[in-house]
Amino acid sequence: MSAFLSYLLNGLAVGCAIALIASGLVVIHRVTGVVNFAQGTFAVVAGLCASSLLGMGLPHGLSEVAAVLAGAVAGLLTGLAAIGRRGTSPLSALIVTLGVGVLAYAVEIVLWGDQPRSAPGLAGSVTIAGARIQTQHLLVICVTAATFVLIALFFGRTYLGKALTACASNPYAARVVGIDTRRMGLLAFAIGGLLGGLAGVLITPLRPISFDTDVTLIVNGFAAAVFGALTRPVITLIGALLLGVAETMAAGYGYGSHQLEVALGLMILVMIVQASRRSTIHEETV
Amino acid sequence: MIDVTDLVVSYGTATALDHVTLSVRQGEMVALLGPNGAGKSTLANTLAGILAPVSGTVRIGGRLALIPEGRQLFPDMSVADNLALGGWRSGQRDPSAVYELLPRLAELAGRRAGVLSGGEQQMVAFGRAMMARPEALVVDELSLGLAPTVTADLAAHLAELNREHGLTVLLIEQNARLAFELCHRAYVLESGRLVAEGESAELAEDPRVASAYLGGAIT
Repeated sequence: MSAFLSYLLNGLAVGCAIALIASGLVVIHRVTGVVNFAQGTFAVVAGLCASSLLGMGLPHGLSEVAAVLAGAVAGLLTGLAAIGRRGTSPLSALIVTLGVGVLAYAVEIVLWGDQPRSAPGLAGSVTIAGARIQTQHLLVICVTAATFVLIALFFGRTYLGKALTACASNPYAARVVGIDTRRMGLLAFAIGGLLGGLAGVLITPLRPISFDTDVTLIVNGFAAAVFGALTRPVITLIGALLLGVAETMAAGYGYGSHQLEVALGLMILVMIVQASRRSTIHEETV
Repeated sequence: MIDVTDLVVSYGTATALDHVTLSVRQGEMVALLGPNGAGKSTLANTLAGILAPVSGTVRIGGRLALIPEGRQLFPDMSVADNLALGGWRSGQRDPSAVYELLPRLAELAGRRAGVLSGGEQQMVAFGRAMMARPEALVVDELSLGLAPTVTADLAAHLAELNREHGLTVLLIEQNARLAFELCHRAYVLESGRLVAEGESAELAEDPRVASAYLGGAIT
């Protein structure tokens, strides 16, 4: 029982990291209509930055914040490449984000080499109801919960957040009232970078990160985001938590080498179900 | 207030507006008539700065707001949020002045815009445009899909704003009766070209205009 609880808690922590990646995908997709395949790259950039800054002797806190901001800058640069030119279609922008992801490999290898790097996180562990959980895992859960609350407040309560939502809801109407939808798209990419960066900084102490870790991250993040139809943050969070728990259980009960397959299998299943549901709705309205 | 000279706008190879010249003076209320596909909404979007002209000039002498065709609200947001976003350009977020003008909107403030009736939605679109504190207002199809009493109510508000606050109005309409009633002057646009212009009274007498837009002789 305590093993089960332990897998559950650790799975929730893994799910939270996936949720941060996925929420970045959702924010960018909602505002710009672009599926950003460079989302995992933001986490890798931030994780590697954190590892370097801490290695240089910068204190905790400052290093992590700087690394998350590096993720936001990476997001903004990706946004400039993907939607910087007026009239770029979401499909073309998607291809550009794939290109950015590949280019980032080269840059990361030049800067950090191709070996995995780690960073010290919160040491130690706590025992909850007989189950041991690493303190860093608890930190991931708390930070993710706080981030989701902040995102909800930002989009639901602030004027700027509502303007971003307006771009997602009706881009033409947003332009009618004078909102610069391109600039809002760039802001969404920066927020996506911030969220990806946060995920990277949080997971680097748990599992070493290298230039190609983005594949695992984007596959998991995309699976969760697709669960939320790329638009609904709360469903995405639920999807990410389910995925994290399913993967950790699979690993815990002896299928450790098949974590990615679990994510891929679930993603394809969800995509097939979503696609058939959408076409049914479409047929009903026609 | 609105000066359009020799304007050409196209979508790819299709020309939507072909050398259009028109003007609306400050405080004037002018109608633009035309059938579907004439290029009326293209003109509205060009005036609002959403579409870029291929050639020609558009000069606007003050702040301009657009009530777009089909209301174009943010359906999942509340009426209050829709109004607040209307003030994006002007920086005005407090809708109390608009509530004073359209008291019904104050009652609807907390409702989701998407669930309102057509007439209520048009009122929100009207209010949202007024949040921009415009000196000129372009109204694209005020009456489309609305009951006559609702249209009359909105038209009365529009006329009042024009009369008492000097709001310049370009009213784009398919309903020529309404347009001639509200505006003293009108333009007729067909297939991207202006085919007639003049005083509303004269245009209403014009047999071509009368047969195309008024369903025969005016009674």
